[in-house]
Amino acid sequence: MIALDGVRKRFAGATTAAVDGVSLDVAAGEICVLIGPSGCGKTTTMRMINRMIDPDEGRILVDGRDIARVDPVELRRGIGYVIQQVGLFPHLTIAENVATVPRLLGWSAARVTQRVDELLALVDMDPALYRARFPRELSGGQKQRVGVARALAADPPLLLMDEPFGALDPLTRAALQDEFLRLLRELSKTIVFVTHDMDEALKLGTRIAVLREGRVVQYDTPAQLLAHPADAFVESFVGEDRALKRLALMTASRYAVPMALDAGAHRLQAGASLRDALALLLQDGARPLAVIDTRDVVVGGLDLQTIRAALAAAPSM
Amino acid sequence: MLAEAWRYLVAHPAPFATALAVHVALSAAALAIAAFVAIPAAIAANRRPALAIALANSANVGRTLPSLAVLALVMPVLGTGFVPSLLALTLLALPPIVQNTLAGLRSVEADIVDAARGMGMTAREILRRVELPIALPAIFAGLRTAAVQVVSGAVLAAFIGGGGLGDFITAGIAMMALPQLLVGAIPVTLLALGVDFGFGALQRRLTPAGLRA
Repeated sequence: MIALDGVRKRFAGATTAAVDGVSLDVAAGEICVLIGPSGCGKTTTMRMINRMIDPDEGRILVDGRDIARVDPVELRRGIGYVIQQVGLFPHLTIAENVATVPRLLGWSAARVTQRVDELLALVDMDPALYRARFPRELSGGQKQRVGVARALAADPPLLLMDEPFGALDPLTRAALQDEFLRLLRELSKTIVFVTHDMDEALKLGTRIAVLREGRVVQYDTPAQLLAHPADAFVESFVGEDRALKRLALMTASRYAVPMALDAGAHRLQAGASLRDALALLLQDGARPLAVIDTRDVVVGGLDLQTIRAALAAAPSM
Repeated sequence: MLAEAWRYLVAHPAPFATALAVHVALSAAALAIAAFVAIPAAIAANRRPALAIALANSANVGRTLPSLAVLALVMPVLGTGFVPSLLALTLLALPPIVQNTLAGLRSVEADIVDAARGMGMTAREILRRVELPIALPAIFAGLRTAAVQVVSGAVLAAFIGGGGLGDFITAGIAMMALPQLLVGAIPVTLLALGVDFGFGALQRRLTPAGLRA
């Protein structure tokens, strides 16, 4: 879907390149997360995909087309774009904001109206209630919902998102991340997602590219990144608690084993993570837990040994 | 005193009507020309930082020049009459319109323009659909200031033979005839107040609902 090949960019007046020979492939339907400290070139890399910035060297293919030969305006109308500050148009209603790209594409009024309502419902904003409101009347989380709806309006196959949930409080951020994942299960989009928050990257990413000083240090699945950080930089960036982060990615039911459980054992839903299991174990004097399915049937047990074994046995998923 | 002014007015209806018409025509023409020059100039300068600074600075200097000084500057070059007066008043109207248009366009947050560009709007579409609507209240505030300045400043046109209600005022001063002076001064004041009120109402009406506080 997207291929970056030896992409390099140095801004006028800068001594070093912002992006220094980045090559990345993103398959259709993947969420590619670009992560790294400030100034690592993650935003510049993303902005070159819709030609907000043109590279000095290298090639970028979107859907097999070399974008250097595509008119930037036409290219951008086919790519969803979401930024941290949302950038809603303050003088236009929510409906008019969402309708931006369809109108640029010359859709009929009836089709635009229908699409706007559909999208507002999709991002969990009641169209009847919010259609005619203005951006200043919305909370930060609501604004970003509208931002996402606006980016999805013309149903682009590809979405670029620059720290879309970065300015939100932790609760709202987590809620929007969950909803975003749910939304993507229905829509199937290819996404390039910029963040500096490793937890967010691990939660959303199909693959994560860790950038440092304009180069990709490691490009891997979340599980691989946690289990096998390529170097000390990635390891420190992933965090001291990477064992816990790995556990958060592992589902309890998959690692539960048959074992003797007493009747009073704590019960854990099958869909919970091993991190949840560990928390419960620590709280409860390490007594084995019963993992139950949706019908309350015990599918197996977990204790400290099984969790350690799971961590050792599962370098990748 | 007012009664005397009224009697003077009734006795000289034709000169008064002419003076009023000239005054309004002079003001309206000066404002229109200034708007047609200042607004596009500010728009053009907005995307070029060096030009914007130069324009803002000259507008600042322009605003500090007293109206009378502008007339004094114009007269030796263009002589006297309607056209030199029109030019002087246009120069008077330019700075507030330039300043407010620049300020209005600058008030559009960078993120909003970035989002617009990222969604595939052309520079023209961004200007027409995003920047100008957001800057509109500020642009109208500039027009309002300029209009009031021009209407009151047009009194000075009488000094260089441009006509208008200033004729009554200068004549009144020269002849120490207060009633005649008031026949010029009162309508000018009312005109300036009316223009201020009218533009204010227009400004409120043209402010997009989403931007109203």
